Amino acid sequence: MRHDEPRHDIRAQGESESYIMVHIKVSITVNGTQQEKDVEPRTLLVHFLRDQLQLTGTNIGCDTSSCGACTIHLDGEAVKSCTVLAAQADGGTVTTIEGLSKDGVMHPMQQAFMENHGLQCGYCTPGMVMASIGLLNENPNPTEEEVRLGLEGNLCRCTGYHNIVKSVLAAAKK
Amino acid sequence: MIPAAFDYKRASSAAEAISLVGQYGDEAKFLAGGHSLIPLMKLRLAQPAMLIDIGRIKDLSYIKDGGDFIAIGALTRHMDVEKSALVLKEVPLLAHAAGYVGDAQVRHRGTIGGSLAHADSASDLPATTLALGATYVAQGPKGERLIAAADFYKGFLESALQPDEMLTEIRVPKMNGAKWGFEKFNRRAQDWAIVGVAAWRSKDASGVALVNMGSTPILATSVSAALKSGASVADAAQLAAAEAEPQDDLNASSEYRVHLAKVLVRRALEKASA
Ligand SMILES: Cc1cc2nc3c(=O)[nH]c(=O)nc-3n(C[C@H](O)[C@H](O)[C@H](O)COP(=O)(O)OP(=O)(O)OC[C@H]3O[C@@H](n4cnc5c(N)ncnc54)[C@H](O)[C@@H]3O)c2cc1C
Ligand code: FES
Ligand code: FES
Repeated sequence: MRHDEPRHDIRAQGESESYIMVHIKVSITVNGTQQEKDVEPRTLLVHFLRDQLQLTGTNIGCDTSSCGACTIHLDGEAVKSCTVLAAQADGGTVTTIEGLSKDGVMHPMQQAFMENHGLQCGYCTPGMVMASIGLLNENPNPTEEEVRLGLEGNLCRCTGYHNIVKSVLAAAKK
Repeated sequence: MIPAAFDYKRASSAAEAISLVGQYGDEAKFLAGGHSLIPLMKLRLAQPAMLIDIGRIKDLSYIKDGGDFIAIGALTRHMDVEKSALVLKEVPLLAHAAGYVGDAQVRHRGTIGGSLAHADSASDLPATTLALGATYVAQGPKGERLIAAADFYKGFLESALQPDEMLTEIRVPKMNGAKWGFEKFNRRAQDWAIVGVAAWRSKDASGVALVNMGSTPILATSVSAALKSGASVADAAQLAAAEAEPQDDLNASSEYRVHLAKVLVRRALEKASA
């Protein structure tokens, strides 16, 4: 079967005519492991990760695609997983905050956030770290202004951003 | 929040997408990057029963030199427009504007075709392509037609596209070295403009378009006419809102928007005249 074709296997019609209950199969490589699951088309990638794979490191902070707490990497790029359908990620490769450390050693960006006190409550942190790694992938030597602009899709209610920016600049030097 | 339930099909070509939309009629919607549609569906402001995913039609993601114009496939993402060497060289105003759409995460997913088809007057690319005199290519069951940007925007979130028509290509005339300015006034990073301006100017012509100054993007033709007849930038900018019908909302009163438009048009034209 062509992998870019959604595979419909369950269809139940509810009482109301407009009620649709379809499941499709998706296959997504998450943190190196291929995951084949049934999802509803409306399943957001963030719920796929949190509810179906129990990867609860990725947070949900808003309903409006604004806060960036849900940022993960899809095929190597930072995206807001609350605004991507699991169906859209079918066949893709996802990295979440849980997939960053190697053999118990933190990713240099996680290390930099720790060393520079780049977090307080920590709620925004998984998304900040994923967005920051994405930023450095695209611009390995950013200026302070480029870091601030590059992280405009991520909100933090605690730190005032100062130490987050410091962390990213420190990680860039590692 | 999770959208209401819908069915989902993936199209591998424009022709397949158009035939699928034809099959499902009013209930169906194209899904490109999903960065306008999915937020609306999460808030139940849109509730299509069928999504036709066109996001994987890879042969509609390209940037090519078309001679007098740059041809951009409708599924080209904002980030690819922003970083394209060809766009930076030939239509730098568009590359710059694409770099101001939302945030990096949004630009990794959102597409130029989706942004134009969504026809939000608060979005940056409808006004920018309008200022540049772009032509959009629409494909429907009966074939292709060309729609000038100036004829495309019909009302709030309303375009000249038929429900079974798909945008396939955006043709943006080369700027041939014309200078330009882009001004986006907003209160929060990543947000839509409260008022925005895209403007360019060559020796004997100019194009000025306004973001969020009415239910459609607005071409400020009075400003261009004044410049042509020799008015100074400062004087021409006073006519910024002549064609506009700005609304009041939480962010700004219509009077304030008119004031902003004059200031921002002046700033954009100063950059385009430097
Ligand atoms: C947090 C956030 C901030 C944003 N900030 C800005 C901003 O500052 N400025 C700005 O301009 N935009 C902004 N956007 C919107 C963003 O630019 C969207 O990417 C864009 O408007 C829609 O493109 P899309 O590919 O995601 O389209 P989709 O959401 O997939 O589709 C949008 C609409 O267009 C239709 N459609 C899509 N493609 C086609 C096609 N080829 N032919 C016909 N119909 C089609 C769909 O059916 C749908 O009705 C923001 C979005 C978010 C989530
Ligand atoms: S939860 Fe995704 S942007 Fe806020
Ligand atoms: S550390 Fe609390 S929201 Fe950022």
